[in-house]
This record gives sequence, C-alpha cells and structure tokens, in this order.
Amino acid sequence: MAARAPVIPFRPRPTKKKLVSDAVLGMILFVFVEIMLFAGFISAFVIIKARAVGSVWPPPNQPRLPFAETAVNTTALIASGIVLLIAHRMFLKGRGLGGGPAELGAGQAGSRGGRMPPHGSSGGVLAGFGGLLSRPVGRLLVAATLLGGMFVGLQGVEWLALIREGLTITSSTYGALFYTIIGAHAAHAVAAILALAWAAVRLRRGTLTRDALSAVAIFWYFVVLVWPFLYFVVYL
Amino acid sequence: MVEPAVDLAHGHAHDDHADHGPQGWLKYLWSTDHKVIAMQYMFTGMFMALVGGFMAYVFRMQLAFPGIDVPGFGAVSPGEYNALVTNHGTIMIFWVAMPVLLAAFGNYLIPLMVGADDMVFPKINRLSFQVFFVSTIVILASLFVEGGGFAGAWTAYPPLSAVAEYNLTRLGSTLWVIGVGLEFVAFLLGGINFITTLMNSRAPGMRAFDVPLVVWMIVVASILFMLSVGPLLAGAIMLIFDQTIGTGFFNPAAGGDPILWQHLFWFFGHPEVYVVLLPAMGVVIEIIATFSRKKVFGYRIVIFTVVATGVLSFFVWAHHQFIAGIDPRMANIFTITTLLISVPIAELCFVYIATLYGGSIRLTTPMLWALAFVAEFLIGGVTGIFLGAAGADIYFHDTYFVLAHFHYTFFPIAIIGTFAAFTYWFPKMFGKMMDERLGKWHFWLTIIPFNVIFIPLFVLGMGGQHRRIYNYNLHEDLNSEMFQDMRILATGALLVMLAAQFIFFYNCWKSGRSGPKAPKNPWKANTLEWTTESPPPHGNWHPLRMPVVYRGPYEYSVPDREDDYWPQNEPDGGPLKVIDGDS
Ligand code: HEM
Ligand SMILES: [Cu+2]
Repeated sequence: MAARAPVIPFRPRPTKKKLVSDAVLGMILFVFVEIMLFAGFISAFVIIKARAVGSVWPPPNQPRLPFAETAVNTTALIASGIVLLIAHRMFLKGRGLGGGPAELGAGQAGSRGGRMPPHGSSGGVLAGFGGLLSRPVGRLLVAATLLGGMFVGLQGVEWLALIREGLTITSSTYGALFYTIIGAHAAHAVAAILALAWAAVRLRRGTLTRDALSAVAIFWYFVVLVWPFLYFVVYL
Repeated sequence: MVEPAVDLAHGHAHDDHADHGPQGWLKYLWSTDHKVIAMQYMFTGMFMALVGGFMAYVFRMQLAFPGIDVPGFGAVSPGEYNALVTNHGTIMIFWVAMPVLLAAFGNYLIPLMVGADDMVFPKINRLSFQVFFVSTIVILASLFVEGGGFAGAWTAYPPLSAVAEYNLTRLGSTLWVIGVGLEFVAFLLGGINFITTLMNSRAPGMRAFDVPLVVWMIVVASILFMLSVGPLLAGAIMLIFDQTIGTGFFNPAAGGDPILWQHLFWFFGHPEVYVVLLPAMGVVIEIIATFSRKKVFGYRIVIFTVVATGVLSFFVWAHHQFIAGIDPRMANIFTITTLLISVPIAELCFVYIATLYGGSIRLTTPMLWALAFVAEFLIGGVTGIFLGAAGADIYFHDTYFVLAHFHYTFFPIAIIGTFAAFTYWFPKMFGKMMDERLGKWHFWLTIIPFNVIFIPLFVLGMGGQHRRIYNYNLHEDLNSEMFQDMRILATGALLVMLAAQFIFFYNCWKSGRSGPKAPKNPWKANTLEWTTESPPPHGNWHPLRMPVVYRGPYEYSVPDREDDYWPQNEPDGGPLKVIDGDS
C-alpha cells in the first residue's frame, strides 16, 4: 500500500484555536467546584432550617442577623466586583495603561506568554505605589481591592457584635451554620483579595498577563456573585 | 530504524520543566514530568493496595475462624475489626482505585495520547501528588493514634462518626476525615489539569472525535468528580466541626440532621462509582480494540453514552438510603433513575461485545484481563438492578448481597482494570515486555479465587446475613454451619488470591530486569503513545517531531491496506517515513 501514494510528510488538518486560554479554563473549572461547595452548604442550611423544631427559625433564643446593616457590606462587595469588571475589560483591551497599546501577553499566567513591558519607558519614574495609581487600570484595581477589604472588615465587626449578643458557633445549629457558611465565604474573600493585591503588584512591575488578571478576576466575580445567594438565604 | 542524532532526553523546548532543578533521586520527588508523577501515584496506590489487602486478610480470617490469633496481626478485637473494615473500604476506593486508575493512568496517558509534551499546569500537577502524599500519611497515621483508627464504616454516617463518645476514636475519626478531604483536594488539582490538557493541548489535527476513548472517559470521570465533590467537602467541614468544636450539624440532639450527611455523602458517592468505573471502561475498550483488530463499535455512541451516564449519575444517590426513612415517593423516583442508569451501562457492555464480534482476537494477558472485566462487571451491574428496586432493597440493604454487588463492580474496576492497563502499557512505561506465561498464571489465579470469594457472599446475603458483624457465632439467627463453611471457603480463596499477587510482583521484577526490550509499538496499536520511544523521553517526543494527527484512533483492519493498523499520525498517503521510522 505504501507504494500507492507518494509520502507526504506534513499535512496537518486545520486546527481550531483555543477557545479559552489555559489559565482561564483552569480557573473556571475551579470555580465550578466552589459553586458546588457552596451549593452543599446552602442545601445543608435549607434542610436543617426545614427540620427546625416547631418550624421556628431562627431559634427563639438566638439573636437575629443584622440584615439591614449587612446591606452596606453587600454594596461594598458588589461595587468592588463592578470596579474590577471595568478594570479587567480595560486591561484586556489594552487601554487605561497610560502608555500606547501595549504588547499584551496572550499566553499563560506566570512565565509563559508575553508580558506587558514595564510602564513608562523612562524607567523608575513611575515605579512604586504612585506608579500604580497613575494608571486608570491600577487605580481601579486598587479600588476593587480596598472595597473588598472593606467588605471583610465590616464583616469582622459584625461577627464581633454577634458574638457579644450570644451567637457563637456552638450556641445553636443556627450559629454553627452561620459561622461555617459565612466564614467559608469570608475565607474565599480573603484569598481573593490577596490575589487581587498580587495582581496589582504584578501590574506595577509590568509583569501582569491578561490571563493572570482574568483568572484572578474570575475568582473574584465568583466570590462577589455567590454572596447575594448567601445573603438572602442565610440572613433573611 | 534510523534516528537522527538528537538527544531525545534533553531536546525539549519549553522552560516549565523541572530538570533545571534537583538532580538524582530528588528529581523523582520534585519532578513535574507527568510520567514521573504518574509513577508516584501508581506506586503509592500499589503500596496502599497491599495495606488494604492485608486488612482484608485479617478481617476475613476473623470471620472464618472467630477469635483466632491471626498470623501477622494477633487476635482481633471488635473495635479493631470495625476499624479494619472501615479503612479497608476507604483505602481501596480513595487510595487505590482513584490514584491508580484515575490519577496514575490519567497522568500517564492523557498527554501521551493527545500528543502533548506534558500537562498544561505541570506545577499544579506536582502539587496534586504532594497533597495526595500528605493525605496518605494522614490516613496511615490515623490507624496508629490513641483509640485506634476510625471504625464507623467508610460511609462515616453520623452521629456515630460525629460524636467521640459514640465512636471512641476521637483522634482517629478526625484524622480520617482530614485525610479523605486532603485526598479530594489532590484529585481536584489533578482534574483541572486533565480537563484543561484535553481541551487545550491536543496535537495539531486532533479533533474532539479523534481522541481515544480512554482519554474521553478519564476526563468525563474528572468532570463528574469535580462536580460532585463540593457538597461532600462542605459535609466534611461540618463533620470536622461536629467532631472537634462540638457543633451539632448532624446531631439530632442538638437540632441537626443525620440524614443530611447521607445526602451529601451519596450525592458524591454515586457519581464516585462512575468516577472509578469510567477510566476502567476506557482502558478496557482500548485493549479490546487493539487485540481484536477492529474499529470500536459506535465510537461516538460510546461518548454520548458516557456523557449521559455522567449526567444521570447525579440523580440516583438516594438508592443508598431506601431504608433511611426517606419519603416513599422519593424512593420511587430514585428507583426509576437507578433502573434508567443501568441502560447506558448495559449499552457499553454490548458495545464491547460488538467490538469483539468477528475480530481476530489475540488472547494476550492484557486482553484476558479486559475480557474478564466485561464478564465480571456484568454480574456487578446486574445485581445492582436488584438493589435499585426499592422493594427488593428493603430486604437486601446492608446484607452481604450489597457487599458482593459492589465487589463485583469494584474488583473488576480497581483490580482487573488496573492489571489490564498495567500489562498493556507496561512495555511503554518500562521499556520491557512482560512475561506472558507468568502473566497468565497470575490472571487465572486471581480471577478464579475472586469468584470463589464473592459468589458465596451473594448466597450469604440472600440468606439475610448482615454486613459489619464481628463474629457471627454470637448471633443465633445468623449463624449456621453451612453459612460458616461458606465464610471459610471465601477466606480460603482470598488467601490463594493474595498469594497469587506475588506472581505479579515477581513478573514485574523479572521482566523489568531481564525481559526483552520493548519496541515502540509492540501491540501494533494506533494511538499516539505508541509512536514515541518506550519509555518516552522527557517531553514525550522530540520537540521538532511532535505528532500530527490525521485520523481517529481505531482504524484497524482497514480494507486495501497492507498493515492491519493505521496509526493516528500517519498521513493518508502511506506510512510516514520522514517523521517516524517504524520499529
Ligand atoms: C448498573 C449499575 C449499578 C446499579 C443499578 C447499582 C445499584 C446499587 C444500589 C441500589 C446500591 C444500594 C444497596 C444498598 O445499600 O442497599 C448499591 C450499593 C453500592 N454500589 Fe452499586 N450499582 C451499580 C453500579 C455500581 C458500580 C459501577 C459501583 C462501583 C464502582 C458500585 C458500587 C457500589 C457500592 C460501593 C455500594 C455500597 C455502598 C455501601 O453501602 O457501602 N455500584 N448499588
Ligand atoms: Cu449508588
């Protein structure tokens, strides 16, 4: 059979381009796991609530959760998500960097893929924290991080007040569910804020790739978007 | 075969690999090469299989000869007996079936079969094994802490698992949950890699329907795992809190709900059985296609079936809870979904038989294992249907019938499937051919005792014998001479089977040392891993000769072709001389 046709060494079929880059895809998968994690928590909450003694929920001797006050945190968190969304889109389009259209990396987070050249060809003039704030993307990124920090901070204040009022993790299943679920969310928020800060540092150094920012941003969107569900299920 | 003078071992072009890092034996601990990580998973898994097998030996001895001094262990107390069965189940599922079939073969095969130089995230891959390794140490340590290992069954139902006053293993049960939780994290990291690599790193020309079925199945299994494990992780966190800080999530006395755990556990637990089943199914179909020299019957149908099974597997979990007090209407629904899910599974079995039909079958050792898988798994699947009918299950639940059912599924998966895969890819992994004669001895001396162990257990179960009983002689209604004889028979067969595993280890050792050198493609198979050296170099192919794919993986016995196989990387014109010299 080999004699039938001439040997054609290289004839690749056309390949499709990657639909989603590696880092973004990896993060999306991770977020799915996280969604299922919180789905598990929420279903636990709903089931235990449905089985409450005499259908009284929250249990009579337990403090009520501050639904109204928490609206402030909620606003801060959602604002943070929106600010990040703007920054993210700007960065993807290569705008808001203060310089010309930068050669942005299309590869992966970390060492692969292109990098943004350090901002400011004069070098060093704009370095430092100020350098970050002189660029719209940088300003927005810092704002998103701070708003996220505000959310976690207010949350901490709220917890202290609740503990004073007698709601602890062992005071009832109500307290146990509250601290476990909201605590899990807070832990995710802290991790995401650290990631945002890391992205800001990379942006200042000029080593932030599109994929890295996208991955971090997707995680933060998840933290932001899962919150309203928790807020309405747990606090109401 | 003329190879151009390129140093294959160092000819990789990308900078993400570890070989600038540690050298020597450290290289094996700290490597990011997917093949090394696969071996780490494989050997850890095999070691744990020995641990789990030893446990089975001890408690089977206790069952057959209650109260004796088990050689190598001593007398078994009731608490120890419970800890042994609990950890046997846990280890065999989470530290043997998953690491070997999913993690080891997934890691080894996916990049090689899709023509990639490595996983997409090599460092995450390394982290995955490291987390797994820590989890292994945790679970082993949990056996030796004060109070002994966790003894509340592998399903860890609360309140027994949640309250130390009930289970009497305060430390052991917490370590058990932590170990299992860490293990899940390890597989999550691995799963992200598997899915991303399949989607983004395929060789040029490889379309979705050119991907070998085993890769499809491993990736679907990873997706199932990732979608189902979240709720169980949530449950594990709550269980740890119940155990350590005294919350009452699962404690009815404190306002919690023990059934909640069962839902969280089985919502994961049933998809989990497909997580381990699918990789084994994939391995088997690769082997069947190769050794019957036939195209897989209905390649696309198989993929759709597998996806459908995956979707359905999320809707059957409550068939484990028929007598846990769930609403009978709910039991009806879950009976229906359970019977439905048997359809795609049966379909896969028929596809395998149809692939064999009319093929030129070669009964090599891997092929024997693959055929045995189909035959034995069939028994497991069929008995599952009895259990899935809520009415019948009221009788069968928690008897030896259930135990025999899932051993007829898990044993074909974790043991038969693994041996099939191991013997099939041994030449690729270690560069040596295995001894066929020893392989066949090992095969028969494993398969026959396996059936002798578990067929009596079906009978015991139908006789109403409950599981998890330490000494049947203490229960008038469960004990009779005939039942005891069956238990002794099962234990005797187990001893034969365990002893036969030495043939396997001897064969590995002997073939690895002095077996004939394996050519690139000893089985004349089509998939891409057979186009590189045995064993493949770091980076899998020379970076300038990465494979290009022209067709699907199962073009065997194509009419008008001289060879009865047609590797995926050969262009239509004929054997590709320039890119790949055939060996
Ligand atoms: C046709 C497919 C299957 C059906 C219809 C089925 C059905 C069932 C049912 C209804 C039970 C619950 C019995 C009881 O506890 O009373 C059960 C138990 C079990 N099945 Fe299956 N099964 C199937 C396949 C599998 C597979 C592929 C595996 C493993 C890979 C598996 C592993 C198990 C295990 C481990 C248990 C027992 C869990 C325990 O209580 O410890 N099954 N099966
Ligand atoms: Cu099931």
